[in-house]
Amino acid sequence: MPRARLIGLMLLFLGPAVAVYTLFSIYPLLATISLSTYSTTDTGDHVFVGLANFTTLLTDEVWSKPFWNAFFNNFLLFCVHMVVQNPIGIALAGLLSLPALRFRATYRTLIFLPTMLSVVIIGFAWNLILSPLWGVAEGLLKAIGLGSWFAPWLGLPSTALVTLSLISVWQFIGIPMMLIYAALLNIPEELVDAARVDGLGQFRIFTHIKLPLILPTIGMVSILTFVGNFNAFDLIYAVKGALAGPNFASDILGTYFYRTFFGYQLQVGSPTMGATVATVMFLIILAGVCVYLFLVQRRMLRYTF
Amino acid sequence: MRSRYTIFGVHVILLAYTLLATLPILLVIMNSFKSRNAIFGSPLSPPNADTFSLIGYTKVLGKSHFVTYLLNSMIVTLGSMGLVLLFGAMAAWALTEYKFRGSTLLALFLSIGIMVPIRLGSVAIVAMMRQSGLNDTLTALVLVYVAQGLPMAIFILSEFIEQIPKDLRDAARCDGVPETRIFFEVIAPLLRPAIATVAVFTMVPVWNDLWFPLILTSSDSTHTITLGVQQFVGQYTTDWNSVLSALSLAILPIVVIYVIFSRQLIAGLTSGAVK
Repeated sequence: MPRARLIGLMLLFLGPAVAVYTLFSIYPLLATISLSTYSTTDTGDHVFVGLANFTTLLTDEVWSKPFWNAFFNNFLLFCVHMVVQNPIGIALAGLLSLPALRFRATYRTLIFLPTMLSVVIIGFAWNLILSPLWGVAEGLLKAIGLGSWFAPWLGLPSTALVTLSLISVWQFIGIPMMLIYAALLNIPEELVDAARVDGLGQFRIFTHIKLPLILPTIGMVSILTFVGNFNAFDLIYAVKGALAGPNFASDILGTYFYRTFFGYQLQVGSPTMGATVATVMFLIILAGVCVYLFLVQRRMLRYTF
Repeated sequence: MRSRYTIFGVHVILLAYTLLATLPILLVIMNSFKSRNAIFGSPLSPPNADTFSLIGYTKVLGKSHFVTYLLNSMIVTLGSMGLVLLFGAMAAWALTEYKFRGSTLLALFLSIGIMVPIRLGSVAIVAMMRQSGLNDTLTALVLVYVAQGLPMAIFILSEFIEQIPKDLRDAARCDGVPETRIFFEVIAPLLRPAIATVAVFTMVPVWNDLWFPLILTSSDSTHTITLGVQQFVGQYTTDWNSVLSALSLAILPIVVIYVIFSRQLIAGLTSGAVK
């Protein structure tokens, strides 16, 4: 093919995708990072201040206290997902992939249903269910004799964040379940048959044969969880509002970013400080992705069947 | 037999989890059809002749621009989905079919967006939309969502195009068919099965997104259903009939579509994700 013709074709096929993607995804990201090195003066002009915004964010009490609070809350959100969501997801996938299981498709479809719905709707629905006003959760606990366990979990500073994390786990469990289920189905029959001939039961086959083979998928699920959690916002905002109450107990980086950028109550929003928080979030996510790409994924053996 | 008990146990666990996953949703929908007294009096029983009431629905449809929100969500979702598929397929074809200097680098550049969320550029996106006069328009949402959906779509479609036998396009080329027609008339129709996969990864997050409608739209005429419900429920928190009905109205379309397409959606999810 002549060179000019090839260039023309490339422009035609790649042009629209590259243009929209660069203009509305890469450029805003770079512009945000660049804006984080500026400060707004009283006259509304932007002046270059180097890394001063970052120093303010990380050391000035007014900024750093809510920032670290949001950061550690976010980390807890991630931990709850890793400890609760992913193991249960793996277990459900393991059960669903058992040979000759009836109603497999029905279970799979119904368990995945909450994942399809908006976080906002899920948040409100659980807000109602857990509300002491309605008393559904309390009534159910009473019915099984655990009535005294009930507390307005979403309203207490000590339990609000964990409760919200568990609501998120409840919703998104379908994703690890599906990804791992797909990986389990890809394991060749011969391997499982060989293990069975050697006398291994289903449980041992799962823990000794299948689980090591799907480790790359578990690694991928973990990084998806990490990126999703450190970028989360919708659930906390829907249930708790931008102030992420009670007393910022459920504040995460996403809601902190929103308040910094748009302002709240008497505090005026600041695009430059908003950009600074966004840049820090970017660096956290980048660090997570790098750890995954260079430490986790490289060391894992990939089996191609 | 030991295995019979085991299988029974497996069904008990799966059934219990299925109930845990679906009952909260069912509870909301069920109670949305009941009168206020019945919602509080017997939350766990389905509506009957005495307790049946549509008061919540009449209030929601009367007090909010629900139909507008629903239409906006459809326009934005289908619009961005169509553009993601078109631009994504064209780019995926060019990247897999014509190897040129820098094509690997370009593929890498395009894949940044798979891992780095576009939300992090929000400050600049808001500024850009205000400057260009696109603020508070559905176009702004579509543009952002196309940029958000493209990386994953290109990744999935490239994997898919690799699997199409090379003979097809070679035969067409021997017949002297131009490259553009090879793509639009030979390759594009073969991509149909991959649409389900792309749909799961682009359509669902767009329909459910709260963030961009929240920061980019300010008037009722441009709100999407997710933002509309969020604001409505936030405003009428004490009116339980309205809240439950608004939530049900947002849940039902998704549930209906999901039930119809669940087989394709799940097949798409599992096939696209393994690689």
